[in-house]
Amino acid sequence: MSNKDTFREKVALAEMLKGGVIMDVTNVEQAKIAEESGAVSVMALERIPSDIRADGGVARMSNPQMIKEIQENVSIPVMAKCRIGHFAEAQVLEALEVDFIDESEVLTIADEEAHILKHPFKVPFVCGARNLGEALRRIDEGAAMIRTKGEAGSGNIVEAVRHMNMINKQIIELTDKNLDEKSSEFRVPVELVRYVFQNKKLPVPNFAAGGIATPADASLMMQLGAETVFVGSGIFKSSDPLERAKSIVHAVTHYKNSKEVLNASFHLKDAMKGILMSDLSENEKFSNRGD
Amino acid sequence: MRSFLIEEIKLIGVLALQGNFQSHLEILNKIGKTSKEIKFSKELDEVEGLIIPGGESTTIFNLLNREKNFVSEIKSFADSFPILGTCAGLILMSQLKNDKIVKSLDIIDALIERNAYGRQINSFSASIQLKNNLFQERLIRGSFIRAPKIISYGESTEPFAFFQNEVVGVKSGKHFGITFHPEIFKETFIHEICFN
Repeated sequence: MSNKDTFREKVALAEMLKGGVIMDVTNVEQAKIAEESGAVSVMALERIPSDIRADGGVARMSNPQMIKEIQENVSIPVMAKCRIGHFAEAQVLEALEVDFIDESEVLTIADEEAHILKHPFKVPFVCGARNLGEALRRIDEGAAMIRTKGEAGSGNIVEAVRHMNMINKQIIELTDKNLDEKSSEFRVPVELVRYVFQNKKLPVPNFAAGGIATPADASLMMQLGAETVFVGSGIFKSSDPLERAKSIVHAVTHYKNSKEVLNASFHLKDAMKGILMSDLSENEKFSNRGD
Repeated sequence: MRSFLIEEIKLIGVLALQGNFQSHLEILNKIGKTSKEIKFSKELDEVEGLIIPGGESTTIFNLLNREKNFVSEIKSFADSFPILGTCAGLILMSQLKNDKIVKSLDIIDALIERNAYGRQINSFSASIQLKNNLFQERLIRGSFIRAPKIISYGESTEPFAFFQNEVVGVKSGKHFGITFHPEIFKETFIHEICFN
């Protein structure tokens, strides 16, 4: 059965997560810290992106037992990641009743030709995008939330900024004259492109992810148009996770208020060290996975 | 008649700590009300009505308690002005069944169970019947997203919204609380009756 009729409810959950911070956690203790700090949801995964990067090897869906323990110990929604194109991992996560599935480039790609067809699932999906075409292809497949890919595990905001700016720029460049052309360039139905042209935004919430490490990073992404931020390695790779988590939440709530972002930035210890993009080969960039 | 009533409440606040507060600002705009985001308790001084929107109740509760007097300021605001709570908003306004995390503001006398339909895959939309002596009976649409249930309510609380046999909306004096999201369907009726 197609669940296109549940698309409204999938997007509605994404709507409820707006103005918040979604945090990567690897165990119950971290999940509780995230909840206490004001996180709106947690992403349960075995290794945070910076460790996946350091460890190498194949990165797969997390152990369901670990996800289940987190589900049992927090009241906020729990998300989990599956590999791009790995619909069987997604089916397992759906059976586990996670609240959102992230079909994520941070894990090793499973299908180099195609992403998961997400409409038949009852659980909503979030997918990463670097540009408008990629965002609309994912939405056409059934994604109920888009996030920038950024460069996960880098602690470097530059790629998230690039992706958010690119999507914004490509939205502005749509005109009533070029919709058919853009529809074939993006490989999506023209109705989808027309919606974006008419509403000047994506038909689903647009969040930021990949490289957010400080309260000011979070404020920057919100001011560029993100409606919520994901923070992965930035919190539990810092030397003061609870304080940093609280501060990033505060900076998102008050992202337009520089005094409050300042307040949030006081008393923090060291942020994660981070990686320069020039120190990563194209092969090492998660954001190049999937299109 | 309506245009006369609409002028009664001048400015309505929408608690904007987290959640889909933007949708409520849009609904208020649609019914001709001016509104403003409320992020600090002192901003309550300017408004004559408040919406506590949907979002994550744990998160909103947590953020309310970051400011020392926010909870008590909302409680005293409720003595004079109407508050509409949707989903997480209703959760914060009522009493909670066996809940160690969120402590309610105790504005509506009703007992609530969070996420009572289950996790996200159990979320759904439905027609909801509205019935009260203040207005003509009608149906509106709403979405139940990881929604709570109203388990019971006190004598001062009247039910006014029903889904099948369940009470999904209650009125307590000038306050309204609903377990569902009419704003997802751009339904304006509940906002109109609450603030007119």
